[in-house]
This record gives sequence, structure tokens and C-alpha cells, in this order.
Amino acid sequence: MTKNINTNRRSFLKVSAAAGGGMVIGFNFLGCESKPRIPEYVAPNLEIPEKWNTLNGFLRIGENGVVTIMSPNPEIGQNVKTAMPMIVAEELDADWDRVIVEQAGLDTDNFVRQIAGGSQSIRFGWKSLRETGAKARHMLLMAASEKLEVPIEELSTEKGKIYHKATDRVLDYGEVATAAASMEVPEEITLKDPKDFKLIGQSTRNVDGFKIAQGSPLFGLDVMEEGMKIAMIEHPPAFGMKIKSIDDSAARAMNGIIDVVRINVEPEGWNPQWSDVNAYPELVAVVGESTWQVMKAKKALNIQWENDSDLENSAGHEATMKEALASGNGEVARIDGDPDKAFEMADKVIEKTYSAPFLAHNTMEPMNFYANVKENSAELIGPIQTAQFLEGTLEGVLGIPKENISIMMTRMGGGFGRRLYGHFGTEAALISKAVKAPVKLVYTREDDMTQGTYRPAYMVTYKAGLDTSGNLIAFQIKGAGIPGSPVFHNRYPAGAVDNYKVENYQVATNISTGAWRAPRSNFIATAEQSFLDEVAEAAGKDPIDFRIALFDKAKDNPVGSDNDYDAERYAGVLRLVKEKSGWSTDKPGVYRGVSAYYCHNSYVAQVLDVIVEDGVPKVDKVYCAVDCGIVVNPEGAINQIEGGIVDGIGHAMYSTLTFEDGVPQQSNFDKYRLIRQKEAPKSIEVHFVDNGVDPTGLGEPSLPPIGAALANALYRATGTRLYSQPYINQVELLG
Amino acid sequence: MPQYSLTINGQSHQVDVDADTPILWVLRDTLQLVGTKYGCGIAQCGACTIHIDGKAARSCSLPIGAAVGKKITTIEGLSEDGSHPVQQAWIEHDVPQCGYCQAGQIMTASAFLAENKNPTDQQIVEAMNGNICRCGTYTRIKAAVKTAAKNS
Ligand code: FES
Ligand code: FES
Repeated sequence: MTKNINTNRRSFLKVSAAAGGGMVIGFNFLGCESKPRIPEYVAPNLEIPEKWNTLNGFLRIGENGVVTIMSPNPEIGQNVKTAMPMIVAEELDADWDRVIVEQAGLDTDNFVRQIAGGSQSIRFGWKSLRETGAKARHMLLMAASEKLEVPIEELSTEKGKIYHKATDRVLDYGEVATAAASMEVPEEITLKDPKDFKLIGQSTRNVDGFKIAQGSPLFGLDVMEEGMKIAMIEHPPAFGMKIKSIDDSAARAMNGIIDVVRINVEPEGWNPQWSDVNAYPELVAVVGESTWQVMKAKKALNIQWENDSDLENSAGHEATMKEALASGNGEVARIDGDPDKAFEMADKVIEKTYSAPFLAHNTMEPMNFYANVKENSAELIGPIQTAQFLEGTLEGVLGIPKENISIMMTRMGGGFGRRLYGHFGTEAALISKAVKAPVKLVYTREDDMTQGTYRPAYMVTYKAGLDTSGNLIAFQIKGAGIPGSPVFHNRYPAGAVDNYKVENYQVATNISTGAWRAPRSNFIATAEQSFLDEVAEAAGKDPIDFRIALFDKAKDNPVGSDNDYDAERYAGVLRLVKEKSGWSTDKPGVYRGVSAYYCHNSYVAQVLDVIVEDGVPKVDKVYCAVDCGIVVNPEGAINQIEGGIVDGIGHAMYSTLTFEDGVPQQSNFDKYRLIRQKEAPKSIEVHFVDNGVDPTGLGEPSLPPIGAALANALYRATGTRLYSQPYINQVELLG
Repeated sequence: MPQYSLTINGQSHQVDVDADTPILWVLRDTLQLVGTKYGCGIAQCGACTIHIDGKAARSCSLPIGAAVGKKITTIEGLSEDGSHPVQQAWIEHDVPQCGYCQAGQIMTASAFLAENKNPTDQQIVEAMNGNICRCGTYTRIKAAVKTAAKNS
């Protein structure tokens, strides 16, 4: 391992001409065998070279010109394993058909921010990935210039080849890779003009697509290691409870059961980090030979639980949020002008309250992790969005130094924020330590759904004041959440209204909550954009024109200086969706809702069409305009946007997690309703703004606004405004 | 533990497992055929879909006895090299996001298309409704099934 070598930014591109087809120095994990455990993408019919030349932490080039590009960040379905290597390959001028993509393990020496979260992988990686490719290309050119004895300026590159046009000579990258590996890494490098991009902007297939279609073992749950046992946990049945006593005699006597142990992921003296959210630090774990045997033994445990704190109820949650909002003693986050006076002077005042329940993440692949903990080392493999934080937690909890801990990230069967919180990795490690054997910890669906880091429950009251010409002169938001307010006080329409106020209210809870795809935005966008629709109607204005007028004001004559959006780009996506959806043309039998939102540095506007079949509304088509700067991989980007739209419609319409006496009332997909094929939009049409600015996130931004586009369309179809999610409690939707 | 003789992807296997073990866990744990996924364990999500004598079945909710004397096909055996028209259509439409549900989707789609060579959109949607995709790839799944129907 090179982890204990103290490296700096410069040695990030340290050159080493390592030979052999094994792992690159810095990427090995303990006990690594010749065959990678997580199969990697290899373009069809590629011949794997016998000798590799390592140009930098990201790149190896074989003597036959085949290039291996490491994908540094965790893959949760956001397709960075294709997009990030594409960026390196672009500046390298690699031949994508001769590229192998390999998932990197956690390696903080070589890679920065190996995190999947906040839709930031591409945005943060953009410059460094490009430089990595460009510098390696330059090293290849230096080697070629020596070999051909011509100045470097006379050389050009294309698809993995170096050309000296004047003498009609061609070299493959493979022919100069060894020499290139011993070249000095350039300090400065000129990057391509985006106009010259060849690979970026081309739809490129998911590098794991072929393996997925064949059912290859890619996921954490698929990990199989020598001597590995299966472990499962039993956690308290209710938030607010803990273990009192355990009778494991029946479980122990069962076929295939090896041990039952009690673990604590928060040992005395250990200070949890942000990523250690977990309502149940103390757990009972059953370890056995096979999943089914352990599942059965888990049911045979006889555990007495005791109350630790309050047992909460959903009805109580709603009442407490209402009370909080009515109390008037919130924290004022922003105030512009004199809202109270403006409301008094307003011709019309509209006030509405919106709410949404807790949600579980329900990644399709339940939480799991492989761990093999020995006296002074730990090897972990599994699905984690924040490996570097898990490493820190393991160091503290196990008392094993970081350099002896290795974490390999598998492809993940969904993340949505759930795998930011790696307690299941720590649990696996503690179980392995306790039973002195390698274990794969597997959560059942029920364990997964009832021990979440849930999307908080929210309630927000909006108030708008219009003057006699229907202009928005006052705007107030009071936001409450369990445990925190969802309001972003500097986002639109802040900056567009002279008199503006935000108040936040917090309600404490013992239910564990955390980031859920587009945190806070996932609710507040829907509330805000539903409300603006109603305000536009009260003002007698077209909902798109009404919003654009506000952007014009924010652009030409902004209120305050802390406005967290670019009004022109925001209005730009609305104009684009207006044009592409044919908003201005009447479509008989089609009921349309519009919505727009900005989060994670990207702008999204949507028009959702509802039709009515046999008296029941049905989502027909969704038009979506997106401004996320340069689109690296259009097909992958469209897939993300479609997914966010389906996800957003599904959760606003159908999903809820409720509590009775601290017990989650939904523990599997029979009760927890997720959107299905029949309920999904018939088609989704995506349009990108082409503005050439650096790329921004896409994993989240299409989700937040769609709930409002749906609510606004359903209002036009049914005459009912929707204020409380899930909407299915108020309107039927055809499936 | 009782012994069972099974025919999976054209090969015969002898396994020793508890009689109540679902086919899913025999595939995953005993035979290391991990392409078939666990999603819910209660026949709600379709991640564990396999073919039993050519018909789609939820392997999480069928005890191993149900497989005896039958022809079992899993995603690994749908084709040797990923060339089944449904697999090809999935690759062509770049269907997966996380990919976890997709083996189940492909197995449901392939059993459906074996019975219905020329389905309408409505029939496709009905047939695929039992398979949850948490990532929301439904429109691509629909498009891929149509393409596969054309190419079958
Ligand atoms: S795992 Fe069998 S249907 Fe969900
Ligand atoms: S692709 Fe992730 S669940 Fe379907």
C-alpha cells in the first residue's frame, strides 16, 4: 500500500512505470488476487496487454495501445463510471473502443472527493479529470517527439494515435507508452477548446450495460469471498427503544447458525461523524452459513426491548409542526422591505400550507457490506457513497490505523443518499471482529426500510400579496420540518419581491433522518411551484409569464445581493420548455402543469400533461428543459433526468412512511407504494440548453420540480388543488 | 438436510438445503448464481424473477421443491453471450441506471415475449407492471421491450 506515503497535489500525478497486469500501486486492497473481484468493463474483443505502463493515478496504457482509465467515484446509478472516464479520454484523445474502465477503491492519495452526493462528481471532477488526460497526452507526445525526432508542435493526436503529417508517420499510443511513463509530468497544460470535443457530447453507452444485461456480479450483495459467513442484524422495532435482554438459545440451536453477537457501533468515547447517523447503535447480529438460515434464526431470537425515549406518532408529527408554525417564534432567516405593511396594503392575500411525510430511500439493493477484520487490519467491500468517511469511522471504532484499512466500492443498486450513512459498513466490521471471520452483512428489505435515514417530514406555509394589477408585492415563507426546515431563504423568489420574509422552525425527533435525493429541494420545490401556480391564477396571469416576469425583475432590479440563482438561466429553461411543449397552443383534452427549479447548480423546467381516461387522470407526457452546462454524455444525462422525473412523480403521488408508537407502519413493498410501470409517464422529452459552460450536476435536479408540475396539471384536470403528499390520498391517478 | 436434483440453465445440480429454502437463496448462496436479485422477499418487486419451464416466476417466494423436475432458467442462462434479443435491446436502449432491478426486468420481458410475439403498448405495460425499478427507467424498459419484440 502507498497510503502511508505522505503525498501532495504534485505527486498526484507521480509517474511510475509499473509493469504487470495487476492493480496499479495505490489501488490494491489487502489480499488482492490476480482476478479482480468486481468485474470491470472491457470493450468487446479487446486484447488485454501483458504489460501496462502507468502514466498517472488514473491511467495505464498497454503496449498494444489499450488504455485503462480508473473511475474514481462511487457508481450509484448516476452513470459517473462512464462519464468521468469519458472526460479523461477526451483530453487524452483516446480511442474509446480501446478503453477499459476500472472502478477505483478508496485512495485519498490519488483521488479527490471520492463521494457520490449532491450531484457534484462531474462538477468537481471536470477540471482535474481533463488535466489528467491532457498531461498524459502531452507525455505521450514528448515520447513520440523523441522517437520520431521531430518537434512536439508538429505532432497531432487522434483516437489513440500520434500523427506526424508532414512525413506521413503514425505511432500508436502503445508504441510510446513505456517511454511516456518516464517523462516528466508537465506542470501546466492547455486544455482543449470545448468546440473541439469529440467524445464529450456524444452519447456513450453505460460501461457496465453489457454486464448488467448478463446478470454479472457487480453489486455489494454479490460479493463472495473465501470462508465468508452471512450476517444479519436485528434492530429495535420502534424508534425510542433499545435492547433490554436477549435470549438467543433457540436461534443458536438452528441449522447453520454459527454465532449470535451483540455489537455497538458507537463505543464509549467515540465521537460520531456526520455520516454516522443511526438511531440504533446497539444491535443483535446473527451469523451463519447461508442467508436463508440466518433469516430464519433472526425470527427465532427472543429479545426484550425497553423504552429509551418517546415513541412518536405521525398524527403527533403533523400537530407538532402545525403548532410550531403557529407559535410565531421561528428563526427569521431573511427579511427584505416591510412584509407586514405590504401584506396590509395588498389587494389580494393568498395563504396556503403544504406538507409531506417521511420517506424511506428504498434503494433496490438493500444495505449490505463485506468485512474481514483481523487483529490489526480491516478489508471491506461494499456499496458506499462516502468511503472516506467510513474509513474514518472504522479507524475510530476498531482502533485500527487508516493505512491498514482498505475499502473497495462496488457498483450500488441505488443510493439516493441512503449510502452516505455507512453504519452498515461499521456493523459488518464489528460483526467480523466479534466472530473472527469474514462476513457479508445483509439487511432484509424490512431491516432496510425500518432502520432508515429518512427524508424528514415537512410543513410549510406560503403567503403572497398581490397589488391591484396582479403584481407580487409581498411574499412570506414559514417552514417547519422534523427535524429541520426545508426552506432555502436565498432561492427564488427571493430577490424578485420587494417585501420578503422567511421564518424557520425546527421540531426535534428521535427518528433518524438524512439526505434523500435533492435534500429539502425534493419537497420545497413542489410546495413553492404549486403555490406560485395558484398565485398566478389569482393574479389572472399565465403561470409561465408570471414566473418569467419575476425573473426579469430579479435580473434587472434585484432585491438584496444574496440571491442564489442566475435569473437569466432560470428564465431560459422556462422559455425553452414553453417553446418545446407548445405551451401557447391549446391542446383539447390535455391538462398541463408547469414547474421550474434550480438546485445542485442546474436549472430545470417541466411541463407535465395529464389526460383523462374513463374519468380518471393519467400522466401522459412530460417535457423537460435542462441547463446543466456542457452535457458530457447526452444519453446518460437523459436517463438521469427521466429517472428523476419518474421518481419525483412516484413519491409525490404514492409514497409515505408513517409511524405509530415509534414503529414504521410500512416495512416492505406491499405497504410502501412505489411508482410502477403503469403509472409512469407515457413518454418524456428532454431538451438541453446549449451554452458551453462547465458542466453541473444531474443526479438530482430533475426531481424537485416535477411534483408541482403534476399537482398543477391535476388541478386543471380535476379542479382540486393538492397541498398534502402523497396526493393519492386526495386524487386517484390511473395506473 | 434433504437433497434436491435441479436442472438450471441446462445443467444438473445436486443441492443439500433446508426444505423451506426459497429457490432464490439456493441460486445465490449455494450455486453462486448471483444474477438473480433479492429485492423484497415477498413477491412484490420482481427483482428475483426466473423462468420455470419458460414461465416467469418469483424465486424469492417459491421453496426449492417447486424447482424439482422443472427447467429453471436464470439471467445467466438466458443466453451464453448476452445475445438474447431482450438483452441486446436493453444494451441498445442503455436501459439501466443502477442496474439492480434489470435482471428481473429482462427475465419478465423475455418470458412475456416468448408468449406474445407482437404485443401492444398496453400489454407491455401490464406485463412489466410487477417489476419495480426504483431508479425509474420505465420508459426505457418499455422501449426496449418493443425493440426486442421486433427483433425476436
Ligand atoms: S425479491 Fe422476489 S419479488 Fe422481490
Ligand atoms: S435501474 Fe436501479 S432499480 Fe432499476
